[in-house]
Amino acid sequence: MTTPTLRTSGGARRRAARSAWLFLLPFALLFLLMYLVPLGFAVVQSLFKLQRSGLGLSAPTLSFDPGFNYGRLLGDADFIASLGRVVLFGVVQVPIMLGLALFLALLIDSRSAKLKGFYRLAAFLPYAVPGVISAVMWSFLYSPVTSPVNNALQEAFGFTLPFFSDSWVLWSVANIVTWGWTGYNMLIIYSSLQTVPTEVIEAARLDGASSWRIAWSIKIPMVRPALILTTIFSIIGSAQLYNEPAVLQPLSGGSITKSFTPLMSAQAQAAAQNYPYAAAQAVVIAVLVGVLSITFFKITNRGDK
Amino acid sequence: MSSTLTEPTPTPVPAASPRSRASARRRLDPNRPSGVSRWGVIAILTLSAVYFLLPLWWMVMASIKPNGRQFEEPGLWFNGFDFFGNVKALLEINDGIFLRWMANSIAYAGISAVIGTLLSAMAGYALAKYRFRGRGLAFGVILAAVLIPKVMFTLPLFLMFNAVGLLNNPLAVILPSVVSPFGVYLARVFAAQSVPDEVIEAARIDGASEGKIFFRLGVPMMAPALVTIFLFQFVEVWNNYLLPLMVLNDTSMQPVTVGLVGWAGSNGQQAPAGLIIVGAFLSVIPLVVAFLSLQRFWRAGLTAGAIK
Repeated sequence: MTTPTLRTSGGARRRAARSAWLFLLPFALLFLLMYLVPLGFAVVQSLFKLQRSGLGLSAPTLSFDPGFNYGRLLGDADFIASLGRVVLFGVVQVPIMLGLALFLALLIDSRSAKLKGFYRLAAFLPYAVPGVISAVMWSFLYSPVTSPVNNALQEAFGFTLPFFSDSWVLWSVANIVTWGWTGYNMLIIYSSLQTVPTEVIEAARLDGASSWRIAWSIKIPMVRPALILTTIFSIIGSAQLYNEPAVLQPLSGGSITKSFTPLMSAQAQAAAQNYPYAAAQAVVIAVLVGVLSITFFKITNRGDK
Repeated sequence: MSSTLTEPTPTPVPAASPRSRASARRRLDPNRPSGVSRWGVIAILTLSAVYFLLPLWWMVMASIKPNGRQFEEPGLWFNGFDFFGNVKALLEINDGIFLRWMANSIAYAGISAVIGTLLSAMAGYALAKYRFRGRGLAFGVILAAVLIPKVMFTLPLFLMFNAVGLLNNPLAVILPSVVSPFGVYLARVFAAQSVPDEVIEAARIDGASEGKIFFRLGVPMMAPALVTIFLFQFVEVWNNYLLPLMVLNDTSMQPVTVGLVGWAGSNGQQAPAGLIIVGAFLSVIPLVVAFLSLQRFWRAGLTAGAIK
């Protein structure tokens, strides 16, 4: 009975492996061509030095000089400043957004809430609007010329808000991101809250625990995995900040520069045809984000075990 | 409880909230919330709903006002109605370029999502249902790609397409958009959940080929999950901005996101501000309809991606 099974199992396993790879092949091929090859290509390109002749009469030449672009990057005050700006953005915006998302999820989950479906949907609806389209919409709400917010404030209280001023503009961008993503994060946390066993909450209540106490000591610890996940994704999201500031840039009156964020800076270099330098910036950004993701991944996995 | 996106264990999506029993008990509950805390919760929730909905409400109001009144008081209330006049004026700009952009968006997102869903389903099914050498490595690479955002690959893609002469070609948008590591991840979770090994074994004994088993048995069983994957990918491609911005210079090839941002950045040179809002509103409608009518598919994707 067992012998024939054993004899055929090797062949069956080989056949199964072949079908598995056939199923994987189309995806794997495109993944290779659209992810790994471009990344490798960018690394190679970043090792070359682009030289334009003084008058721009002859074609620019490329020479192999691996340290050139990366050295230039270290001394590029605009690029360094853009990195610092994105870090500041993440440190402030991510806790505010996730705190708000957690707070709203707990409120909707609480026994006092009515119309739970409506509030969930209201918070989630901004996520349905593409990032750049919501940035276009907010640009009208911010613009000194068109802002209905400032119109109303001017009429009621006699002052306006300088959304595009140098000190405000980063937080105007943060507001657009918070508006768009709070509901998404809230839904993830809320779904996780639904898995907290009713019995545990009922037992705590019978012991006289207040709703705040239950939220703090039972619900929040139990949704920790969801909080960690949303934190990781939000931090990665901050590092790739591009759409919102890029849309506001031409309307900001100069407070958003062409190198406001690292990605904007790299894109501007590519648009100016400084391909090797743009490649170096892209490689540095990708490496930083990759290290960031993997570090968080490791830390959170270790914390769990 | 594992916190992260490592090996997905099949967790069935909960059918009904166990919390619904609590509402039945509420009437008997001695320490139910006081009136103050109840009204406090409702007040805060209402405030949050105002924050999320007011900008959208403003956009709707501005879109239906006669052109030119968009930025007059009252900003948040009705002031005449000429929505259809606005749409007509919008479609006349530059020989109807707006419609062209919408059609481009639908084509890029539709084609990429259909092909992408099929590729993701095949790859996810293979990872969930076969044991083979390299499986762990393949899944590890896909997970890493889920964690590193696609935008990071956009600039390298641009440099590569520039070198091989594929700029200003719709393929430069579609080819990268077909690849969705997150789709493969979801397909893997769903295939493990919804396609029983016994069914596959039975079909093999009946002599069905592996391909036939996948298309005749696997695909129908994974169908709801495939809708979820399709939706996520469609929306992702529809929302994409940086890639089409960089690889498509020709205005007539651009999707609606790139087109509208171009208008908005022109400070009224290419289109009046009032009509840009109408365009933004129209471009959002298909997505909002998709979100509202297919809510349960979204939730399935969010739950599978986030919670285990």
